Amino acid sequence: MLLKMIRGVLFHQRGKMLLIAFTIALGASLATGMLNVMMDVGDKVNQELKTYGANITVKPKDASLLSDIYDIGENGEAIAASYLREEDLGKIKTIFWAFNIVDFTPFLDTTVTIPDGTPVKTVGTWFNHHLSLPTGEELDAGVVGMRSWWDITAGKWLDEKDANADSEIMVGAVLADQQGWSVGDTVTIKAGQHEKQLVIAGIYDAGGDEDQQIFATLDCVQGLTDREGKVASIEVSAITTPDNELAKRAAKNPQALSSRDYETWYCTAYVSAICYQIQEAIPNSLATAVRQVAEGEGAILEKTQLLMILITALSLVGSALGISNLVTASVMERAQEIGLLKAIGAKDRSITGVIIVEILITALIGGVIGYFMGFGFAQLIGQSVFGSAVEMKLKVIPIVAALITLVTMAGSLPAIRMVLRLRPAEVLHGGH
Amino acid sequence: MSLLELKNISKIYGELKALDNVSIHVDKGEWVAIMGPSGSGKSTMMNIIGCMDKPSSGEVLLDGVDISKESSKALTDIRRDKIGLVFQQFHMVNYLTAVENVMVSQYYHSMPDEEEALEALGRVGLRERARHLPSQLSGGEQQRVCVARALINHPELILADEPTGNLDEANENIVLDLFRQLHDEGTTLIVVTHDPEVAEAAQRTIVLEHGRVAREIINENFGK
Repeated sequence: MLLKMIRGVLFHQRGKMLLIAFTIALGASLATGMLNVMMDVGDKVNQELKTYGANITVKPKDASLLSDIYDIGENGEAIAASYLREEDLGKIKTIFWAFNIVDFTPFLDTTVTIPDGTPVKTVGTWFNHHLSLPTGEELDAGVVGMRSWWDITAGKWLDEKDANADSEIMVGAVLADQQGWSVGDTVTIKAGQHEKQLVIAGIYDAGGDEDQQIFATLDCVQGLTDREGKVASIEVSAITTPDNELAKRAAKNPQALSSRDYETWYCTAYVSAICYQIQEAIPNSLATAVRQVAEGEGAILEKTQLLMILITALSLVGSALGISNLVTASVMERAQEIGLLKAIGAKDRSITGVIIVEILITALIGGVIGYFMGFGFAQLIGQSVFGSAVEMKLKVIPIVAALITLVTMAGSLPAIRMVLRLRPAEVLHGGH
Repeated sequence: MSLLELKNISKIYGELKALDNVSIHVDKGEWVAIMGPSGSGKSTMMNIIGCMDKPSSGEVLLDGVDISKESSKALTDIRRDKIGLVFQQFHMVNYLTAVENVMVSQYYHSMPDEEEALEALGRVGLRERARHLPSQLSGGEQQRVCVARALINHPELILADEPTGNLDEANENIVLDLFRQLHDEGTTLIVVTHDPEVAEAAQRTIVLEHGRVAREIINENFGK
């Protein structure tokens, strides 16, 4: 009987029920879209920010201490004894969060003298250095990825796959302009007892101090400085999770965490956890987060997520108001029928139960349609804002289901109050 | 023996006294008509007798129990168990068939029993129309379904508000015949009407005027 009545109402009032389902679908779609994007936006924003360079720097532990305490220049000879080993670099891709390491590159700086006697900082690094890891993974790492914003104004990126890469350099646009150098020119540089003839492969505009520097292969600078197999620092670009209170505590001292917190922190891609794991992988190293980038990521994410929460909340409030109007109108239309049921002995809870079941069935239909619509919205936002698809987050389903149930019930409250207050005598015949 | 007794019932809406110190009694198995012009308090009295409203003062004794102070929930239970209601506008659930409309009353009373509901429809001459929706039935047929719905749970009292008010003469006679049958079976009937012909079918007529009992008329020709 109950099923017949519910089916009868759903069919008989299908126009109104479709409108209610549509209102719920709109709310559900916005909630689904926003929640999916919100949960995926962290990775997306991180990936966007990674194009602006490293967020972790790794230095020898001793060198970092000296540099921090005495403000000794990065290429200062006073700290020449402290270096990392080039052979350890591949270990960065063996840490727990290896897949979050987007790129990395080593640096070894020195000051060379160019033909007119000017001292010029020369940076030895990887460009597109090929690595074959013990894990079987093959990858290219270097400044081509880490300095993707460089504008190559002439020539091309130095290609380490070329046989003569070690006798090539890239020159900053300001330096090239001052010296009147152009691509293909050979420059003689001197560093101590060493002298090398190097060909300019490309001229870059970095928009900073690097425009007055020379970039050469790591091997080349190691040869010039007699530091074979050594690097002074490493820059790492990693996809990280924005810091929270746990990450901040861990950054101070991971050993002070409880074993459970430690496990949570270690297994979350916080920048501090990744730094910690890099230190574990590379002997005698100190990995530190580039704070500005990490904090910038956190701030942008927090604001974006807050905006999305607000949009979701507003859309759900809008849905609740729409549902409220429609359900109330539906109940008003059925006032005589409800009055009749009460008159023949139906209890308030039986009638409200039937109405709630009707609304929940409608909400289920609207919610399912809205979920898929919302997932479509999320893809639209993902493609138009980030240029990539938004991953379907399964945990969004129970959240949306709970929100829609809550909103539907909240929206139905005025109608249910009306049902409870409805007196059969008032709707079945005159009161006097 | 009284089934229903109203003792000094008043119902006041602001300054309006819809019922003013009314006292009546209805014996078990009796057929009583309540007559009066518009605004005389007929519907108010029906609402109070039908447990759909409470008096402002006075007592309503049903089967000797004062129900005038009962809660809405308790009144719903009393209405469901003891009273069968028939309305002028033959209110039906318009998406349920005739038999389903009868079964709704069973559903809220005890258990729906389709065979019993069909028998009730057969009793009002509508068994063959059992699967029709209200929109497919004439006014007279709809009112007969309402009578079947009112009697399906074997109530002690059938309370009808202008049951023939919207019917033609032929259907009016069918409904009155049904009431006669119910009365013959011992069912107590209270029929609110302003139609003298309907009132004359009852054993006794209580005439209301301005919320008071103006007079009572015993139908000498009842049963003849």
